[in-house]
Amino acid sequence: MHEAIEADGLVKTYPKGVQALRGLTFRVEGGTIFGLLGPNGAGKTTTVKILTTLTQPDEGRATVAGIDVAAQPDRVRRTIGVVSQGSGVDIQATGRENLRLQGHLYDLRGAELEQRVSRLLERFGLADAADRIARGYSGGMQRRLDIAMALVHDPQVLFLDEPTTGLDPEMRADMWREISRLAAEQHKTVLLTTHYLEEADQLASRLAIVDRGQVVAEGTPEALKRELRGDAVHVELDNASKVNGNLDDSVGRLDGVRDITVEGRQLRARADDGGRAVPALLQALEATGIAVASVRVARPSLDDVYLRYTGRTFDAAEAEAAEVAR
Amino acid sequence: MTLVRQTLYMTGRHLRELWRQPWFVGVTLVQPVIWLLLFGALFKRVIEIPGFHAHSYIAFLAPGVVVMTAMFNSAWSGMALIEDLNRGVTARFLVSPVRREALIAGRLVKEAVVVVIQSVIIVALALLVGASFPGGVAGVAVLFAVSALLGAMFGGLSNGFALIMRQEEALIGAVQFIVLPLTFLSSTFLAANLMPHWIQSVANFNPVNWAVEAGRAATSSSPDWGLVASRAGFLVLLLGACLVFATRAFKSYQRSV
Repeated sequence: MHEAIEADGLVKTYPKGVQALRGLTFRVEGGTIFGLLGPNGAGKTTTVKILTTLTQPDEGRATVAGIDVAAQPDRVRRTIGVVSQGSGVDIQATGRENLRLQGHLYDLRGAELEQRVSRLLERFGLADAADRIARGYSGGMQRRLDIAMALVHDPQVLFLDEPTTGLDPEMRADMWREISRLAAEQHKTVLLTTHYLEEADQLASRLAIVDRGQVVAEGTPEALKRELRGDAVHVELDNASKVNGNLDDSVGRLDGVRDITVEGRQLRARADDGGRAVPALLQALEATGIAVASVRVARPSLDDVYLRYTGRTFDAAEAEAAEVAR
Repeated sequence: MTLVRQTLYMTGRHLRELWRQPWFVGVTLVQPVIWLLLFGALFKRVIEIPGFHAHSYIAFLAPGVVVMTAMFNSAWSGMALIEDLNRGVTARFLVSPVRREALIAGRLVKEAVVVVIQSVIIVALALLVGASFPGGVAGVAVLFAVSALLGAMFGGLSNGFALIMRQEEALIGAVQFIVLPLTFLSSTFLAANLMPHWIQSVANFNPVNWAVEAGRAATSSSPDWGLVASRAGFLVLLLGACLVFATRAFKSYQRSV
């Protein structure tokens, strides 16, 4: 029995010299939702483009439903449904026309196609808007149409590249429900990329954290969080200017406090027992002459997991990616 | 069979899109009419030049305007493709099993349909203002056919450029660079024997001139069918080459994504 998706040592460098993937590897079991989590620019979209046959890797190998994507792209295309980042809707056509043409691409015709189209329009709440030009659809409606189009030929494996970007929270929750149903009720394998930590936490049964073109951690969200022993301690410093790496001698020596990082005014650390570590931590900071604005102790989040494996917070990585894009 | 069906689905999409833009349809249909009447009036007396064997300039000009219109419109075909690239529509097609040939051919068939509709209007108007086409219905049908071939050929070229350049500004530049020179390096406006020698030589290699020569010959009183067949043959070959070029250009696009 083969895995639904296998990516093995994918390397991709774009003509301008941007190295998008540097040996990316992961496996997805059939019938599950797998999340690729990472900031913008981490290589998630490039991975999806390779797995969906839109582009080819420079090195490495990938299979979808056991079919090699480079050797038999046409067979892979019949097996997969793709919702790409942004949208693929033809905004000059109606919702129904979009779905119908998409069906035609997979050799679906006649009464069977019409039936599928109507069912999908119904299911995604587009029945009333079915014969309106998609240009007039809201962002959420276009997104739902995108997903309906990806399902018209009942694919085994579904790729969703940032499916909820640009949606408001309410629409996002609706979309999450729909995506969960795809795996739970229809036994589809879903590869989801996202840069929303909570989205990966909510939807994915397993996830891979991607940073700079590589998988840096993989597992169930729970296991990844569990791996971080103890609690996360977040301290907001009042005058960060005095922090000059001299923390090693003070905070660094405390028992049961590890993984200390400072980013701007945020100090983060891990402690076996967060509540008990706080007084000693505050004392140590005070002794160094650093004032504290607030302290928070929390169970580990995916953000902490990310920090642990990449040495940066997710927000800092996003900001960095935005910087590069500029 | 699949290829034909997929091509027609794509053609259907493009024609529907066109039909939903009545202003665009209107302008597209009126423009050649203006050319025919404007150039017809402007150059009316050139037939008085010794050696210009024609009794009506409009009748001489009409096949030229039909061909010129076919090129002018189809050369912009790639603009719509760039819009599809930008909107993610093409990427969606490329990850489906649809044949790349169908994605291009669908656009070219649409261009050919538009060319024929425009041509009917131009010829009807020319007849209305007194021109006559002694070659009859068969001759006019051949004129439409070579114009459709030329339109599809330029459509293929334009779509290939679109996939390689992927920028509207670049495509506009390329089209403008090509279209007018090709028009004036042909016998569209002036009898070939009155053109400077070097232009006559260049025109032999100009597909616009092939279409004008074939169309004009077919609509004349004593058609030289050998010439018509050879020019139409050249156009078919060139269309084939452009189709291959445009289909291959998808690879260039896919390398960039």
